[in-house]
Amino acid sequence: MIKVSLFRALMVAAGMLVAVVAAAPANAEVVIDINKGKVEPLPIAVTDFLQGELGQKISDVVAADLKRSGLFAPINKGAFIEKISNPDATPRFEDWKVINAQALVTGRVTQEGDGRLKAEFRLWDTFGSKQMTGQQFFTQPENWRRVAHIIADAIYESVTGEKGYFDTRIVYVAESGPKTARKRQLAIMDQDGFNARALTNSNDIVLTPRFSPNRQEVTYMSFENQQPRVYLLQLETGQREVVGNFPGMTFSPRFSPDGQRVIMSLQQDGNANIYTMDLRSRTTTRLTNTAAIDTAPSYSPDGSQIAFESDRGGGQQIYVMGADGSGQRRISFGDGRYSTPVWSPRGDLIAFTKQSGGKFSIGVMKPDGSGERILTTGFHNEGPTWAPNGRVLMFFRQGAGAGGPQLYSIDISGYNEQPIQTQGFASDPAWSPLLE
Amino acid sequence: MSRIDTPAVGRMQTIARNPVMIALVMTLAIAGCASKKNMPNNANELGLGGAGAATPGSQQDFTVNVGDRIFFDTDSTSIRADAQQTLARQAQWLAKYPNYAITIEGHADERGTREYNLALGARRAASTRDYLVSQGVPANRMKTISYGKEKPVAVCDDISCWSQNRRAVTVLGGAGM
Repeated sequence: MIKVSLFRALMVAAGMLVAVVAAAPANAEVVIDINKGKVEPLPIAVTDFLQGELGQKISDVVAADLKRSGLFAPINKGAFIEKISNPDATPRFEDWKVINAQALVTGRVTQEGDGRLKAEFRLWDTFGSKQMTGQQFFTQPENWRRVAHIIADAIYESVTGEKGYFDTRIVYVAESGPKTARKRQLAIMDQDGFNARALTNSNDIVLTPRFSPNRQEVTYMSFENQQPRVYLLQLETGQREVVGNFPGMTFSPRFSPDGQRVIMSLQQDGNANIYTMDLRSRTTTRLTNTAAIDTAPSYSPDGSQIAFESDRGGGQQIYVMGADGSGQRRISFGDGRYSTPVWSPRGDLIAFTKQSGGKFSIGVMKPDGSGERILTTGFHNEGPTWAPNGRVLMFFRQGAGAGGPQLYSIDISGYNEQPIQTQGFASDPAWSPLLE
Repeated sequence: MSRIDTPAVGRMQTIARNPVMIALVMTLAIAGCASKKNMPNNANELGLGGAGAATPGSQQDFTVNVGDRIFFDTDSTSIRADAQQTLARQAQWLAKYPNYAITIEGHADERGTREYNLALGARRAASTRDYLVSQGVPANRMKTISYGKEKPVAVCDDISCWSQNRRAVTVLGGAGM
C-alpha cells in the first residue's frame, strides 16, 4: 500500500499581507453573482509568480482551478502587456484593462531559511484600480500544489463571496481491466485529478468510499474474505477495521456530520434496513424496519434528518426521516425511480440519481421534494457527491458497452460539465470537506 | 484473459437465453484459458468431452448437466418457470452429492444504482435459497452472497446481455455469509 500523506501534516500557515485593503466582496467591483444560473466567466489575468519554474507552475494550477470552476476565464499569457517584476507594486492597471482583465493576480514564491516555501499573492481589481486581497502561506516545498489550490480558493471567495472548493480531495474507486473481470481499488486524489494514489490493493471488490468530516477517515464497503461489509480506513495509518458485527452484508455507509456515527444498510434475507453504529460506544441502532430495500442513507448537515431510498412503495423513491427514524415520509413523486440521495452541505438541496425512460440522470430537489431540477441525463449517470460549498456536484458516468466509468463535475446550475482526469476508469467519487 | 473473454462473450450473445448452452460456453472459455498454462492431455480436462463426459458428482457435472444458474426478469426476484426446473435439478443433484456446501451468488444487471443492486442481488440469492429449501436442500448447507452489478458475465449495451447478468449462481463450496 502506498503511504498516504496527511492533511493535517501539511502545516500551511496563512497570514494576511500588511498592505491588504479590506477584502469585503460586497464593496469590491469585481463580483460574480453565482446565484444567477449561467454566469459569464470573469476575465482574469493570472501572471506567473516570481521567480522561475515553480512560480510559473503555481500560477498555472491557480489558473486551471479558476477556469474549471466555469466562473473565471483566465486570459492567455501571450496577451499580457505589463511584465510583472515586483508583485508587491501597484500594477499598471491601464495595461490590464486594455486586454479586458477584470481581475489580476500577482505573486511570488521564495524559499525560507528553514527550507519552507513562502507563497504570496495579491488579487487586483483592475477597473477599480485597487487591491482586493493579499495573502501569504508557508509550507513544505512538496505541497506546492496545495498552496496553489488555497490561493485559488482565496481568489474564488474574494470574487464570489462564497467559500471555494479547490483545496479538497476526492476519494473514489479506481477501476481497471475488462468489465467481466474488473479490478477495483480505493484511491484518493486532489480535486483536479492530481496526486492520485491507491489506498487499497485490487484483490477485493471495494465500493462507495465516503469521507469523515475531518477528512482523516474513509468508510467504504469491501468484499474482503468474501464477506461484504462496511469498513473504516484511517488515512494516516492505513489501519482498517470492520464497522460493527452484523449478521449479514452491510453496505452503503456514510458518516454522520459530527463524525461519531456511521450509517449504513444491513441486508437480512431479502430486506435491507438502515442502522447506525456509534463509533465510540460501538452500539448499533436500527432506524428502519420494513420488508423492503432501504439504503443509501445521507444525513442533513445539521444531523437532524436522514434522506434515504426505499422501494417500500414499489420502485425506488427518496424518503426523509428524523435522525431517530421517526416521521418517515416519501419526498420524490416524479416519473421514474429515484435513488442515492445526498444532502447538500448547505442543507438546501438533495442530489439524487434518477432512472426514467431508460436514461440515468443526476438532479437536485429541495428537502421537501419540491423544485426538482435535472442537471445531466444520459445512458448512465450515477452517484452524486457535493463540493463542500454546495455549488458543484461530482458523479460518475458509464457509457454503453465494454468501456468503464469516468468522473464528471457539474454546477448545480446544470452548466459547466467537466470531465475529471483519472488514469483509468473511476467511479463512486466522494468529495472531501474543506480543511478548516 | 481479455483476448479470450471477448469472443466468448460474443458467442454468448448469439445463444442467449439457453442457460445450459451458456454454461457450456463459459466452461469452454475457462478451460481454454487454463489449457494454455496447464496443457491438459485429455478431453475431460479440456471440458471438450460434451455434456455426458463430465465425471458424475464433479463441479463440471453440476455446471454442464444440471445448470448452475438461473435468470430473472428485470427488477424481479421471483423464480421463473424455467428457473424452477433448473433448481429442481440442482436439488436432486445436491441430494445425491450431500458433501458439497453451497454458496448462492445473487447478481443484478448494470441498469440500476450500485447500492440498490447489492440489495437486489441479495434478494435474488435469498429467493433462490428459499426455493432450494422448498425442494429439500437443507438451509444450513447454503450461504448467500450478493455481488450486485459488479460481476457481469455478458457485456453489451442491450437486453441480450442484461438478461444474462440478472442471475443467481449456485456455487459448490464458495464463500458467503
